Amino acid sequence: MDLTLRIWRQPHHDAPGDFVRYQVTDVPREASFLEMLDLLNEQLMARNEEPVVFESDCREGICGTCGVMIDGRPHGPWQNTATCQLHMRAYRDGDEITVEPWRAAGFPVIKDLAVDRSAFDRIIEAGGYISTPTGAAPDANMIPVDKATADRAFEAAACIGCGACVAACPNGAAQLFAGAKVAQLNMLPQGQPERYQRATEVVDTMEAFFGSCTNHGECQAACPKDISVDVIAWLNRDYRKAKLSGARAS
Amino acid sequence: MQLDAKVPEGPVEEKWDNHRFNLKLVNPNNKRRFSILVVGTGLAGASAAASLGELGYDVTVLTYHDSPRRAHSIAAQGGINAAKNYRNDGDSIYRLFHDTVKGGDYRSREANVYRLAQVSNAIIDQATAQGVPFAREYGGLLDNRSFGGAQVSRTFYARGQTGQQLLLGAYQAMMRQVHAGTVSLHNRIEVLDVVIHDGRARGVIARDLLTGEILRYSAHAVVLATGGYSNAFFLSTNAKMCNATAIWRAHRKGALMANPCFTQIHPTCLPQSDETQSKLTLMSESLRNDGRVWVPQSHDEDRHPDDIPESERDYYLERMYPAFGNLVPRDIASRAAKRMIDENRGVGPLKNGVYLDFADAIARLGTDRVAERYGNLFDIYQRITGEDPYKVPMRIYPAPHYTMGGLWVDYNLETTIPSLYAIGEANFSDHGANRLGASALMQGLADGYFVLPYTIGDGLAPRLGEQPLPTDHEAFEEAAAQVRGRIEGLLAVNGSRTVDWFHRQLGRILWDHCGMSRNQPGLEKAITEIKALREEFYTDVNVTGQNEDYNQALEKAGRVQDFFELGELMCRDALYREESCGGHFREEHQTDDGEALRDDDRFAHVAAWGWNGHGEEPSLTVEPLQFEHVTIATRSYK
Repeated sequence: MDLTLRIWRQPHHDAPGDFVRYQVTDVPREASFLEMLDLLNEQLMARNEEPVVFESDCREGICGTCGVMIDGRPHGPWQNTATCQLHMRAYRDGDEITVEPWRAAGFPVIKDLAVDRSAFDRIIEAGGYISTPTGAAPDANMIPVDKATADRAFEAAACIGCGACVAACPNGAAQLFAGAKVAQLNMLPQGQPERYQRATEVVDTMEAFFGSCTNHGECQAACPKDISVDVIAWLNRDYRKAKLSGARAS
Repeated sequence: MQLDAKVPEGPVEEKWDNHRFNLKLVNPNNKRRFSILVVGTGLAGASAAASLGELGYDVTVLTYHDSPRRAHSIAAQGGINAAKNYRNDGDSIYRLFHDTVKGGDYRSREANVYRLAQVSNAIIDQATAQGVPFAREYGGLLDNRSFGGAQVSRTFYARGQTGQQLLLGAYQAMMRQVHAGTVSLHNRIEVLDVVIHDGRARGVIARDLLTGEILRYSAHAVVLATGGYSNAFFLSTNAKMCNATAIWRAHRKGALMANPCFTQIHPTCLPQSDETQSKLTLMSESLRNDGRVWVPQSHDEDRHPDDIPESERDYYLERMYPAFGNLVPRDIASRAAKRMIDENRGVGPLKNGVYLDFADAIARLGTDRVAERYGNLFDIYQRITGEDPYKVPMRIYPAPHYTMGGLWVDYNLETTIPSLYAIGEANFSDHGANRLGASALMQGLADGYFVLPYTIGDGLAPRLGEQPLPTDHEAFEEAAAQVRGRIEGLLAVNGSRTVDWFHRQLGRILWDHCGMSRNQPGLEKAITEIKALREEFYTDVNVTGQNEDYNQALEKAGRVQDFFELGELMCRDALYREESCGGHFREEHQTDDGEALRDDDRFAHVAAWGWNGHGEEPSLTVEPLQFEHVTIATRSYK
């Protein structure tokens, strides 16, 4: 199929950007969305034009590297699907598709469709872990976890850190990302000793980079891993409890 | 060159304990005086960086990703092995050791494999304490499942996302050390050379992927945790950015490359669907626990699978290998699938797949149980193919997936260049000629959490007081100039074809002649073709843009440049190894019923290759393998 693409081109962070219209031809119906962009870049380079920068790696929806706004929706039209898993059978010959980077103050544009998501690393660094020095762990079955809790922890842990939640949020908030990590660790018995300190450190760091949550729920709708806004309730509850009891550590 | 594997004396059960006692220690207060560079943040790199940081070393971590959490370990699906014997089914450290040596077709170092099995249990403990949400039973204890090549259930898993969960555990442990100030993390930095002075690794030259700036990092030791080289095939299950550049440039600086022809072709991947395909997607081997593999009995079958009655189906793995059935090791399952397709019994629009059928499992367990075990894999499959595997059998075909070959390392995980270490898939490792499923995660984390943190101190302890080489030293100047020269060379060609075009051509040559089965004329042809293609690359590649920019075409060009040289060495190694073992199948060496035929008299050794310059024949050094504990035998899964 042949398609028209409206793609955001921006040479670097401090330069102005704009949409540029391209034709991409002979796209196989079996191709993935990113393979369609590969094809566009091949066609651009054949004309000695500079290819479009977009990021991807595993191309199976687990590494979280890819992610663009497709016709105004993070990761495009399919539910619970990362950009790399979107396939061209979602489109018809002659369609026009608009592609742009995540738009959020916490994710500055680097070039074209690539953004800087290192603020997510800062959040994890602040408290998104259980302190377990290598070698200090007890036998794994010494820590039983009831299956329901283990399953819920897993569902929160499925976050791939792509940033779609932030891109979807009108406030550019990162509550779903932060909540997913805090909920995972705070509901497990292993995470109890640092529970309230973790909530505090994560939220305080998050707020240095991102906007505030006002319960729109757009994040859950955009999440490729279907993470529920319930995790935000976890985050808020533990944060409030920590603040009220003055449990904040250094 | 003589290779000293530094395997400790004593019975295999005591080697690691004895060795740990004999290793020199660095006083806790002195550890911060030693700087260590860790390149790569997958399971091996992140776990090593976290552990070394906790010990108090001054650790610097470099990754080309935008975040360390992206490393390709994240995509591992099925699970991680350990000899916990939680199922009471007869497992033990010795059995895991034995299965791994046998699974590797007797081409691995016994002492290393035993150590791997020994530390396997501590990995499960470590990950669980970190909050890794492994699958659990209703009683709250950990669940296990079976994997290929084993008759016990020793695989721990987190649905189909075990690699993701283990990697995030290691990543979080590392980020805790970043917070503590012992680990300094540098994202979007690609290592392009290793700096050697007085025969010792002193640091690396790297490129800032956003600005093109050429950077210099100096340290007392360098650890390469940069993964495998399956992307030499272009189409593989590896992530798009996976590459061999760091290990290959270390090889060019003197590190020997061991068994490069030992590549694993994974049996359960999605077949290629069209010409623009950029990568192949793996479906976890755990699917073979409950899925049954079959093809139609008749050739060129066109009926829908539902219309093919039981009596006209060939469950060929169950037929050929009744003892292990659908759970035979990967190399055997892959070759059997190839044989079916070669016999024109393939299925799907391009006749390039075999069925993996869950109808029986769904009837036995119900859709919910099947969904709980494999739901996310079924979802991935459906998104890619548009078919519902709950209703229609999956179509699968083998694809390059993992490389057992890699930089030669001794028992301390040190390469032939002193102070240069290789861990995880980057080394030639513990898997011999074939890796068993769920053992890659085990080995990456074993190296990073429980082996390197001990062995690296032995090399550092005697060097107390020694300063790292200044980055304006001529060794750095020279290496940086070489790196700059290579980049300028690539940008100056201004040819007519894209980097991907060359990479696809190279991949096709390797897949055709150095893939699932190999023979002498094919390998010789491949070497000639690769050389010609490489010459064409140097005169006709078109790398757009400039160095001082975020330039993805330039990144790829450098990686493909290295794949050319490595691809040629893979073929040379495959040509040299006149036997069939594990993933290396030489058609000239097979039994009457088509099974691999080893030649233990001539090839019970590691083939380690040395770089002699562009266009020169590589030199071969051999490390003989002794089997004192596992009886070397013909591998049988019948």
